[in-house]
Amino acid sequence: MRMWAPLGLVLLWASMALLGFVVPLAPEHIDLSKILVPGGAEEWLGYDDLGRPILDRLIMGARTSFFVAFAVVGLSLCVGTMIGTFGAFMGGWVDHVLVRIIDVFLAFPGILLAIALAGVMGPGIDNVVIALSAVGWVGYARLSRAQVLTVKERDHIHAAIAIGTKPLRIMVRHLIPLVSAPLIVEASFGIAGAVIAEAGLSFLGLGVQPPAASWGSMIREGTRYMLVAPHLVITPGVAIMAVVLAINLFGDWLRDWLDVKDQTRLG
Amino acid sequence: MCLVFALIHLVPGDPVEVMLGESAQPADKEALREALGLNQPVHLQLLDYLARLVRLDLGTSIYSRRPILDILLERIPATIELGIAALWVATFLALPLGILAAMHRNTLLDFGAMGFALVGVSIPNFWMGPMLILVGALWLGWFPVSGREGFMSLVLPALTLGTAMAAILSRMIRSALLEVITEEFIRTARAKGLTEWRVIAHHGLRNALLPVITLLGLQLGALLGGAIITETVFSWPGIGLLVVEAIQRRDYPVVQATVLFISLSYVLVNLLTDLLYAWIDPRVRIQKGP
Repeated sequence: MRMWAPLGLVLLWASMALLGFVVPLAPEHIDLSKILVPGGAEEWLGYDDLGRPILDRLIMGARTSFFVAFAVVGLSLCVGTMIGTFGAFMGGWVDHVLVRIIDVFLAFPGILLAIALAGVMGPGIDNVVIALSAVGWVGYARLSRAQVLTVKERDHIHAAIAIGTKPLRIMVRHLIPLVSAPLIVEASFGIAGAVIAEAGLSFLGLGVQPPAASWGSMIREGTRYMLVAPHLVITPGVAIMAVVLAINLFGDWLRDWLDVKDQTRLG
Repeated sequence: MCLVFALIHLVPGDPVEVMLGESAQPADKEALREALGLNQPVHLQLLDYLARLVRLDLGTSIYSRRPILDILLERIPATIELGIAALWVATFLALPLGILAAMHRNTLLDFGAMGFALVGVSIPNFWMGPMLILVGALWLGWFPVSGREGFMSLVLPALTLGTAMAAILSRMIRSALLEVITEEFIRTARAKGLTEWRVIAHHGLRNALLPVITLLGLQLGALLGGAIITETVFSWPGIGLLVVEAIQRRDYPVVQATVLFISLSYVLVNLLTDLLYAWIDPRVRIQKGP
């Protein structure tokens, strides 16, 4: 069963994110006698440049990336799907205007727009969510629009229109469920993308602010001490890689399982 | 263009406030606002900006007080150099990987190559970079840690950016080749007794490259995003580092101009890819429009 290993890793990630609320952690506890101590049997994963335990910070980082990723994908999936479905269903000038807007957003490389937005709005975790969602909705809007266009001429939609169902109800009850499979697959890859994007923004110093922890900012802080303490960089990097790899594998499996044609993989 | 402008101006937060700090005198704030033209209505600012843009006047940097055009021009060669080097690395890695995977479909070789590609996609640039520095610069001592001095300093950034691209590219090449291989002209080529190598190189790859080139153009966006991070990791003095520095210094005119420049070049490259597509594939030229 090729889904179990990735799923297990994703669940580990999720439980790390939630564990942070239950287990007493000391991610901001400074112990000057343990500065840059590498990992071992006693020290778990070791300590960073301020003597803070890396395991605790890794768990806090898991929480950051988990909530940012799900907030970003949730937000952009909802907004994008509504906009795309609305445009395709209404047709006419509404659709035209929406397609133009989507084109304008697509003309920009997404990550650049996110970096610029996060930079202009100032650093902070909520701004990261806003910036990534502002870029992320476009993909879902385009995908749902294309999907709705292929199913909106089906008989049950005409029947629903004929008996006078309200447009909103048709969209939510009759259209969106039909097109949800490719959107779910896209969203699962979107989570991997959001994890990398959040860590990337935090690496550039645009994400969470110290002393809060993110895997990206841990790498950023760690690069300064790479010569003496490479474990500061290696540990969060392995965490990002494992999570992203697991989500990608899980998305691959989900795509085959839901039998969705490969469209925008890794886009 | 207008989106970039809107982005800078409609986002909450006052640049003057940020630049001068909390304790600034109201009179000083007003003076700076006046100097930047920020006391004008937004539509006048936009018109003014567009008018200056037509004359290639991008304004001056708030931080260094130099014309932004000069700053951009001095940063562009470094990014182009890095981009081309990364493209070479990517092609050299991805072509053999993709071809091997497609030729030996569903064998250990295929799974190995594609597994490598998946790992490559999952490693972020900002981790790959430090790891390469650790191995190539600190342990082996072959390459300089960062900066831009000579060919050796290009190797690590190009590898960082190139491997990420290679991962995506090899998957594309594989799936494009697999699609082409089922075509009848491949069967014909095999039937007339060509070696498998000639079949793939002359008949398969040529046709498979068309979709790959289009997708490559679209991937440039990812490359540019990766360049921002890679340049930051290696202190490579290109456009990407400029954006990050400008954001950190709250140098909004520079952010605006650089984002605009990167977006324009992205659009331009995609246009060129479309033209290249028509040049490579005669079928596109003959069919008029979709």
